[in-house]
Amino acid sequence: MGFLDIRNVTKSYGLVEVLHQVDIEVEEGEFLVLVGPSGCGKSTLLNMIAGLESITSGDIAINGRVVNGVHPSKRNIAMVFQSYALYPNMTVGQNMTFGLEMHGVPKAEREAALADVARLLQIENLLDRKPGQLSGGQRQRVAMGRALVRNPDVFLFDEPLSNLDAKLRVDMRTEIKKLHEKLKTTIVYVTHDQIEAMTLSTRIAVMYQGYVQQLGTPKEIYDTPANVYVATFMGSPAMNVVPARVGQHNGVPHAVVTTQDGRAQALRFSQPNMAAWEGREILLGLRPEAITDPEGADRNSANIVGLSNRIGVTEPAGADTFVTMELGGRDVIARMRADANVAAGQEFSFAVNMEKAVAFDPETERRIAP
Amino acid sequence: MAVAEQDTAVRTGRGTRIFIYGILLLFALFYMMPLFVMVANSLKPLPEITGGNMMALPETWTVEPWLKAWSTAQIGVEPTGLRPYFINSILMVVPAVAISTILGALNGYVLTKWSFRGDKIIFGLLLFSCFIPFQIVLIPMANLLGKMGLAGSIPGLVLVHVVYGIGFSTLYFRNYYAVFPTELVRAAMIDGAGFFRIFWRIMLPVSGPIAVVCVIWQFTNIWNDFLFGASFGGQSQPMTVALNNLVQSSTGVKEYNVHFAGAILAALPTLLVYIVAGRYFVRGLMAGSVKG
Repeated sequence: MGFLDIRNVTKSYGLVEVLHQVDIEVEEGEFLVLVGPSGCGKSTLLNMIAGLESITSGDIAINGRVVNGVHPSKRNIAMVFQSYALYPNMTVGQNMTFGLEMHGVPKAEREAALADVARLLQIENLLDRKPGQLSGGQRQRVAMGRALVRNPDVFLFDEPLSNLDAKLRVDMRTEIKKLHEKLKTTIVYVTHDQIEAMTLSTRIAVMYQGYVQQLGTPKEIYDTPANVYVATFMGSPAMNVVPARVGQHNGVPHAVVTTQDGRAQALRFSQPNMAAWEGREILLGLRPEAITDPEGADRNSANIVGLSNRIGVTEPAGADTFVTMELGGRDVIARMRADANVAAGQEFSFAVNMEKAVAFDPETERRIAP
Repeated sequence: MAVAEQDTAVRTGRGTRIFIYGILLLFALFYMMPLFVMVANSLKPLPEITGGNMMALPETWTVEPWLKAWSTAQIGVEPTGLRPYFINSILMVVPAVAISTILGALNGYVLTKWSFRGDKIIFGLLLFSCFIPFQIVLIPMANLLGKMGLAGSIPGLVLVHVVYGIGFSTLYFRNYYAVFPTELVRAAMIDGAGFFRIFWRIMLPVSGPIAVVCVIWQFTNIWNDFLFGASFGGQSQPMTVALNNLVQSSTGVKEYNVHFAGAILAALPTLLVYIVAGRYFVRGLMAGSVKG
């Protein structure tokens, strides 16, 4: 049993079930990120943990206590909202201590807690201002401060960074991570940004159409996605998924793919269990960084395979150069070093890191290897 | 620097400007005319009006008509002046405005932030009450007030005006609160504030503009109402009914100067409310209508 238990929770609006049998155990001190596109049910799940939405069936328990019918204020949680939801008529200080005041905490204690958190977040000089006088980043800090002051069992973050501009978002992301490392609190964090999910979390739940598609550490999600949806959702640019046929050469299974000009090329598998799929069609998943120029290939990989193909488009992005080519009838993106010597239309010898390759069943779209 | 300091949509030259201001001035004078006539004539002795020019300024200035209208003029059969009726009106308007505004705010809060099954229908019915003509309810209302023992009393009038005012005040507050972020209410719930605490501490402090609109609207309507006052006023008739009795009395000399003074006295409170809160009125109307 975890610190926050979500057991077989479903949510229906009338006859429509929007959340199906969600089962997640969160350990104390974990940073769980719920990630998925809009409408996948991640915010609904968060609101159910907060008590702002009722639970249709199943149980949610916080710190060993089932909280299904418990009022939000009595669950010992704190929430940071997307719009920050700072009370416009109160000063920053009043905003942060409002919850304590409502819970009947004496003024002296409130002041002490406020001073501690204000120092932690470096917002001491803002305490007498109104939210309207703050910048976006400052409001974000105050919203987090208001949650921190309560010292709750679980923090809930509902897309807290989506209202900030790109640069500030990266800064605040780092800051949330630092805060979590310092305070070791349990956090459930909702976002649609897969980079936020990867960087912040200790575990990720990828959600789609009301189902948890996969629950795991960032590395598990990235390297061994449960299905094609997770594979293409996580990572930017997305994982390339190419139709391929499994062949055999000297007793070793190969993925046979078609290049732009119709030639068949065999890519040797590292995964021995692919032998069982010999002669069948599969979907081959290759991350862009697994397809490089030969000089940029991972030296630690035991299975770098050559692949010659015509380059479609090159996109220099500063740190990397992205190269598009056609493979198995689909556009495939490769990630090269910034100064890789590539040009559009050129026949090029790519290096494919087949150790990182993932194979999916084309029928069920589930992962079959590794 | 011709480029700077332009915040109008169309650039205007000197000629156009003079034209615009000229027209505006003309209309302003036109609209000020009745007020000028009223004020000027209320400060004249009666013979100056009956024997002279209504448009002229007084030759001998006097406040006598004002004093008379206020305290000694014949209202119906009693020579009491308008004072007791003015007090009746105040006693009626203040609670009626306060109660209907507060109930409207509560309704708006519930209808937007604590939505329940059928809330749209309830709101629709409340809106419908804005369109019911006063005359239709006169007889049932008289019946009801009689049964409640409130006939002919100020509390009775307050009740009538509150019932009639709730439709509009609810409409105002509902539209205003509809654009108020619901996340704030949710944050307050998590913070542990209850239904009334959220209303009192979170919603009301930001309701200034719409409250002003509501108060002005209710105040003007209730103060200016004649029909309910005449029908249910009984012994506690409001200012409007008294003014009618002053002006329409058919015996004796028509004291136009006193009538003018009385009419201004009757209009003064609403005028005052507009002058004090008018700025917020426009601001609140914009907030309620454009965004809502």
